[in-house]
Amino acid sequence: MFGPLISRPGSSRNNKTGSWRTEVKPKFLRQNCIGCKMCLVVCPEGCIAGNEKNTYGCDYLFCKGCGNCAAICPKADIIMVKEESKD
Amino acid sequence: MSKNLFASGHTACAGCGQSLGARLVIDAAGPNTIVVNNTGCLEVFSTKYPETAWEVPWIHSLFENAAAVASGVESALKFMGTKDTINVIAQAGDGGTADIGLQALSGMLERNHDILYVCYDNEAYMNTGIQRSGLTPFDTNTTTSPIGSQSLGNIRPKKPLPEIAAAHGVPYVATASVAFPNDVQRKVKKALSIKGAKYLQIHVPCPLGWRHESGATIQVAKAAFETGLYPLVEFEFGKVVAVRQIQPKPVEEYLKLQGRFKHLMNNPEEIKKIQAIADANIEKYGLKA
Amino acid sequence: MREFLEGSRAIAEIVKRCKPGVISAYPITPQTHIVEELAQFVADGELKSQFVNVESEHSAASVVLGGVAAGVRSYTATSSQGLFYMMEVLFNIAGLRLPLVMTCANRAVSAPINIWNDHQDSISLRDSGWIQLFAEDIQEAADFHVLGYKLSEDHSIMLPVMVCMDGFILTHGIETVDMPVQEDVDKFLPAYRPLYKLDPAKPVTMGVLADPECYMETRYAIQETMKKVLDKIPVLTGEFSRVFGRAYNGLVEQYHTKDADRVIVAMGSVCGTVKEVVDELRAKGKKVGLLKITAYRPFPAQKVFDALKDIPKVAVLDRSLSLGSYAPVASEIKAVFCGKKKGPKVISSFIAGLGGRDITKDSVRQIFSLLTSKEVSCEFIDLKPELLKEKYE
Repeated sequence: MFGPLISRPGSSRNNKTGSWRTEVKPKFLRQNCIGCKMCLVVCPEGCIAGNEKNTYGCDYLFCKGCGNCAAICPKADIIMVKEESKD
Repeated sequence: MSKNLFASGHTACAGCGQSLGARLVIDAAGPNTIVVNNTGCLEVFSTKYPETAWEVPWIHSLFENAAAVASGVESALKFMGTKDTINVIAQAGDGGTADIGLQALSGMLERNHDILYVCYDNEAYMNTGIQRSGLTPFDTNTTTSPIGSQSLGNIRPKKPLPEIAAAHGVPYVATASVAFPNDVQRKVKKALSIKGAKYLQIHVPCPLGWRHESGATIQVAKAAFETGLYPLVEFEFGKVVAVRQIQPKPVEEYLKLQGRFKHLMNNPEEIKKIQAIADANIEKYGLKA
Repeated sequence: MREFLEGSRAIAEIVKRCKPGVISAYPITPQTHIVEELAQFVADGELKSQFVNVESEHSAASVVLGGVAAGVRSYTATSSQGLFYMMEVLFNIAGLRLPLVMTCANRAVSAPINIWNDHQDSISLRDSGWIQLFAEDIQEAADFHVLGYKLSEDHSIMLPVMVCMDGFILTHGIETVDMPVQEDVDKFLPAYRPLYKLDPAKPVTMGVLADPECYMETRYAIQETMKKVLDKIPVLTGEFSRVFGRAYNGLVEQYHTKDADRVIVAMGSVCGTVKEVVDELRAKGKKVGLLKITAYRPFPAQKVFDALKDIPKVAVLDRSLSLGSYAPVASEIKAVFCGKKKGPKVISSFIAGLGGRDITKDSVRQIFSLLTSKEVSCEFIDLKPELLKEKYE
């Protein structure tokens, strides 16, 4: 090994940043979702996925709980709930 | 979930505008892209060995030379005859572009290399602790332009970097904002469809440095645009060809959202000065709808 | 084919034969002719290369960094202030383990500004992780570029090579040079085969953030590779000899040192002058010799030890100085013998030729005569004490 330190693609996925959340996490209500995809688009972690209405959700292993998804949702179909809540 | 080209697991702050911007850019560019990155938040939070968030070939050299290293990559691809099928993107923060990186950027633009240069403008040297850069706005509280009994913050307006880039006469220069993610991606795609040097400056709020809630990233960016303080314009060969118009809101609507402008809240004299900057932008670009 | 060529022209011709795909440089005296000749070759279609006229040396080094990272052999040249301006990029290239050959036309450094030859520029980069070869004449300078690419691109090495040639003396001097034919260069130096590169077909991340947990190992790795370079250079010079018919040791050259009682150690073009004086003194029965250091980095400590261990008096001629301390080559020569049972009784250190002051045969004779049983340190040769009386009131 020379030591130029070359990293393999996408290896950041080993770092589960979901452990950063301390207060709140997003809850996807999946009631009034219109499938606009804005939650998926604005997530800085890129950890929201979905395809049709009411199928959107996040990967809690990576979600840092920033709240941008809840802020952008035009139907208020995403709310920030306490980290400890069951859902 | 289809694989992002900028993977999760990077260590950006929650709500980081730059991480959102970076993901939008590379997803719009696609996998046939080589990225050259300057030192800064993006480089540090996405490539701490052995983890990298990048699914495309990516290189970081130094703080000020992404434009020059990218010029070398582009030249190599031209030599090998593969430039037409591979995008080259050079990216950096505002400090790495407007200040220490200006020489290399200007050289890249002047030589018209087939490269898209993306500047993530969070308006200070955030990675090193929120110090003032050439793109820090007037009256901003930063750690090297702090407010105090003798100071109201940064004493200079933003360096007009998009105009400087456009003055090089390159095919495409644009400003964008993470408030409008689809517009960011449209501009990236448009830029990459053009041969020659392109410059894209993206406004990316920084919850830590600007002192706002992590979930307010989009809201703050939108307010900057809606006040006329961050015009969204496109230049081709030095001339303005498109602007995104606004129903201008008073600058307080933007300033009040951020702790870095808190000291201005009871200072109508200073706010008038900032309003004048916004009004000048609105006038210059015909932003008023 | 033997030609009568200006040094810069010889370098341009040999670099052309090495076929770099990306060339980028910023003009600085006395490197300019090299790059101008290369530009002309590209303009005339004799060399297919992307010639990038950059806005500074920092960018020149950055462009070739990007070029070789993308998988294309690249080339740059500089001197003095330009070398210093690109210094952080040079450390970067070595740390990224990218192969490259750069010509350094050795020139003094500011202030005061001086465009003439000494070694302070490349000597000041000795910590960078670059392999540094010092050429005695134009033939060596040219040959070391071919050797340099082969050495640098070797998958067990992957360190950049700086070919140091004395500014003006070699760059603008005209000598007879045996210019290899393209077929022989192709035989010795195949196309660059990257060990890693920026390629969408096989993405990698290069230039990462290394925290205290892993940075130290990268420096250790370079240090270990430098040891390999000491073994690899003689292997490559052997191959070189078979292809081109010229034999080099590659690390040092011993000129009449076997039975010498006084030896000068030197680097670069001054070795030619020292050899002439050695010949003259030998004809008079004096037992003198020259140890030429060719590879300054990695430093060939074992070769130096073997060559000098039985020599009673050694004079080290430095064309640079670590201000406030000792002369660089002299301190490394002394370090070889520190704590050893065998070694010279006297290792005297002489400074000469700074800022292009000529080192004449008289200067060399003076060094031999100052090489007595009384050891001296940082003794300046041909100094003009009258200039030291400048007043400012």
